[in-house]
Amino acid sequence: MKPIRTATDSVQPKAIPTLYELSVRGRCGIDLPAPDVPEAALPASELAADCDLPELSQLDVVRHYLALSQRNFGVDTGFYPLGSCTMKYNPKINEQIARLSGFAESHPLQDAESVQGNLALMFSLQEWLAEIGGFVGVALQPAAGAHGEFTGLLMMRAYHHDRGDAGRIRILIPDSAHGTNPASTTMAGFTAVELPSDTRGNIDLDAVRNACDATVAGIMMTNPNTLGLFEEHIGEVVRLVHACGGLVYGDGANMNALAGIARPGDLGFDVMHFNLHKTFATPHGGGGPGAGPVGVSARLADFLPGPVINIERGEHGLRYVPTTPKKSIGRVSPFFGNFGMFVRAYAYIRRHGADGLRANSEHAVLNANYLRVKLRDTFHVPFDRINMHEFVCQGAVQGTGIRALDVSKRLLDYGFHPPTNYFPLIVPEALMIEPTETESKQTLDTFVAAMHAIAAEAQSDPALVKGAPHNTPVRRLDEVKAARQLLLADRAEAAGG
Amino acid sequence: MTYLPHTQSERAEMLAFIGVDRTERLFDDVPEPVRFPKLKLPPPASEIEIEREMQALAGANFSAGAEARFLGAGVYHHYRPATVDYVLQRGELYTAYTPYQPEVSQGILQALFEYQSIICRLTAMEVSNAGHYDGATALAEAVLLAFNAADGKRNKILLSPAVHPQYRAVVKTYLRGTRAAVVTGDEDGGATLDHLTSQLDDSTAALVIQNPNFFGQFESVDGLANKVHSTGALLIVVVDPIALGLFRPPGAYGADIAVADGQCLGVAPSFGGPHLGIFATRMAHVRRLSGHIVGETVDLDGHRGYVLTLATREQHIRRAKATSNICTNSTVCALAAATYLATMGRKGLRQVAELCFRNSHYAAAKIAALKGFAVNPHAPQAPFFKELVVRSPQPVAEVNHRLREEFGIIGGYDLGRDYPHLRQHMLIAVTELNPRAAIDHLVETLEQIAK
Repeated sequence: MKPIRTATDSVQPKAIPTLYELSVRGRCGIDLPAPDVPEAALPASELAADCDLPELSQLDVVRHYLALSQRNFGVDTGFYPLGSCTMKYNPKINEQIARLSGFAESHPLQDAESVQGNLALMFSLQEWLAEIGGFVGVALQPAAGAHGEFTGLLMMRAYHHDRGDAGRIRILIPDSAHGTNPASTTMAGFTAVELPSDTRGNIDLDAVRNACDATVAGIMMTNPNTLGLFEEHIGEVVRLVHACGGLVYGDGANMNALAGIARPGDLGFDVMHFNLHKTFATPHGGGGPGAGPVGVSARLADFLPGPVINIERGEHGLRYVPTTPKKSIGRVSPFFGNFGMFVRAYAYIRRHGADGLRANSEHAVLNANYLRVKLRDTFHVPFDRINMHEFVCQGAVQGTGIRALDVSKRLLDYGFHPPTNYFPLIVPEALMIEPTETESKQTLDTFVAAMHAIAAEAQSDPALVKGAPHNTPVRRLDEVKAARQLLLADRAEAAGG
Repeated sequence: MTYLPHTQSERAEMLAFIGVDRTERLFDDVPEPVRFPKLKLPPPASEIEIEREMQALAGANFSAGAEARFLGAGVYHHYRPATVDYVLQRGELYTAYTPYQPEVSQGILQALFEYQSIICRLTAMEVSNAGHYDGATALAEAVLLAFNAADGKRNKILLSPAVHPQYRAVVKTYLRGTRAAVVTGDEDGGATLDHLTSQLDDSTAALVIQNPNFFGQFESVDGLANKVHSTGALLIVVVDPIALGLFRPPGAYGADIAVADGQCLGVAPSFGGPHLGIFATRMAHVRRLSGHIVGETVDLDGHRGYVLTLATREQHIRRAKATSNICTNSTVCALAAATYLATMGRKGLRQVAELCFRNSHYAAAKIAALKGFAVNPHAPQAPFFKELVVRSPQPVAEVNHRLREEFGIIGGYDLGRDYPHLRQHMLIAVTELNPRAAIDHLVETLEQIAK
């Protein structure tokens, strides 16, 4: 494998004009029917002076976005081992299904009788997620993982308040947690308390024990944690938190290791969000839309956001109805949440069944362990034991000045998306690698070869690695300039037509 | 099996390399009593079977022809040019993650930068984020921004009852976590804007209106911003992006924050989601804005490029001190909106808005002439756009049932569900997809039902 070394080897244009730069006054990409009803007097006081939208032909629009897509890397482009993000294959049939007009054109405010197909689908998905997670209730409404966290924390808050226990204001969070955990905690009106990890990568049990008191509303646990390790003392952590009156929140971001392997509800979790865009393969969309349904144990079921879908036996047989739980925290989204994602997740679970989901988790874990053992002699793995669906190694190459960032950027030249870097925060120079189950052994081996090659380059030609990437549409970008000289919107004016 | 590539021999080879004799051994850390549960799920099915099952589910919903849908209330059937789905199906874009590696994410980053640029010009605001989940959550975050902008010294939000009922519900849920928040003004569903402004005081963080409001009517916004600003509060306006093709943008009448749902811009109704939250404000608030923001910069060779910027607001850097917890948002829908607006352009969006205006006024005049019906009875003089309030001689549920079952028409939204004083009132949406013949058919049908 010989990646292109210098920018001059590439003939790609260095910048693509923006929509406004392409714009010519008077051009239009669409025509609309002439009005066939009488004219109505426009309210003069409400009229706009102008509406400055770009003006392009349809072909201009198509070429523009095609050119942009060619400057982007997705799972469909190549290997994307971005830790904690579960960048697995997004089945194409699910995209087709979500576009069926019976789903896509249905309106959320139609009468329930006229959308029984949608409600049946949502009801089944609630049931299946409850079964997979070991929960008694599921609400599909949250729009993303972080939104699910916020929802779960508001439920925990409502639960304590409902019991007259409003003094519980602290949420315990391990130092390896995703940034969304403390951010959601603040939004829900709690104080985040960070707890250290132990030498084996688990949450420090003594720290949990010392922190547990009557001010603890709960703990947020990611299991497997962001080191990719199954928490060895999870049973004891749950017991300690419950014993002091707290609840256990599960960050379901890493559920791709556990579907069919263990149910968080069986481990004692009271509430967890699922990331449908991770475990259940709905596309990440370059940053959404996702979906973050929450599952709960019996004591939180009454607090779920509403509406949830229930089943009623009526005169004409079964009927699905949206209902709001008794002590619901209210709506966290308008309507029913990201229904289009529910369609895809439903199809995905149906494709796999119980055995298929377990096989996915097993292969995700197999692939991650294979990579760990392949790479550990070159890139130090600080917690070197059997991991789950991801693991963390250190990207710095000793004695060369090459850092995790440089290795990541050089991987781009080899045609790979880099792992998550500099996270979790507790490992210096972290590279967090999650291959997922849909990658073949050949892909993993090619990635390993690239990592080894980069380690060798770090010794033989460190400047090459420091200067990477070399064959991407742009080279390293000046992020400091972007933040200091804020340019957040295009100032170009359309050319006169 | 399914989407797994390994052959049996590859699996064996990999296990041997790791040093375990069978797959199960990889899970020894999982407590034995809960390991490998027998999940009660339906058996797996092939793609052919799945397609059949999903078609049956989709078919179990009632579908009306594109011309015969008159239900809006925040989710609209507008024409979606084919360019939009063409762009959305590019695998390089929709199978990517959030663009944290800018060198291989210039496509999404530039598209989002252009999206921000278009939203700024459409709303006449100075800065837009790269999108939020939907209009309601964008409004909730705008309200949180107003609280934070006042450093917690102002604890009151004045919320117009003519803001979408579900948006108001989401705002109230979001405020459960803030000790300071008091939402007021929407207790009386019929409260007017004057009634709201009379409650402005130095404890007010923001006044929230929707314009055109939930009932499709324009609010009297002249001088409103001055009144709000004179007490030190912010003016937050929920808008309909389609209306901005023709009518004045919130920036032109002094709004501090403009939010909207962008579903109408090329995104399918899809039973209410995923949609797009539009969130724009003045530069003074840029560091309090939630969500991703894309900025222009240069690379090592001085070539133009784009990056996520102001990340110090965000959860992955600031953790407990972040302005919001938002991470994954609604990039694909922002991409749809940008493609839609680029295809429509200045002329196209104006034409869509004109068609909505004319068609809805035609429908209003025809329905108002029907015996037993009244149109916009509570504000007959207010200019309106796209939506009209129709008082019906029969309960709305009954009318809608007959429209659907006997005539294949999807009727309007039952306003009595949210506004007790509006029982027997429905909100009817008319867009460019409802031509004269379809409106005439609706009117004849309503007449027949009323007999």
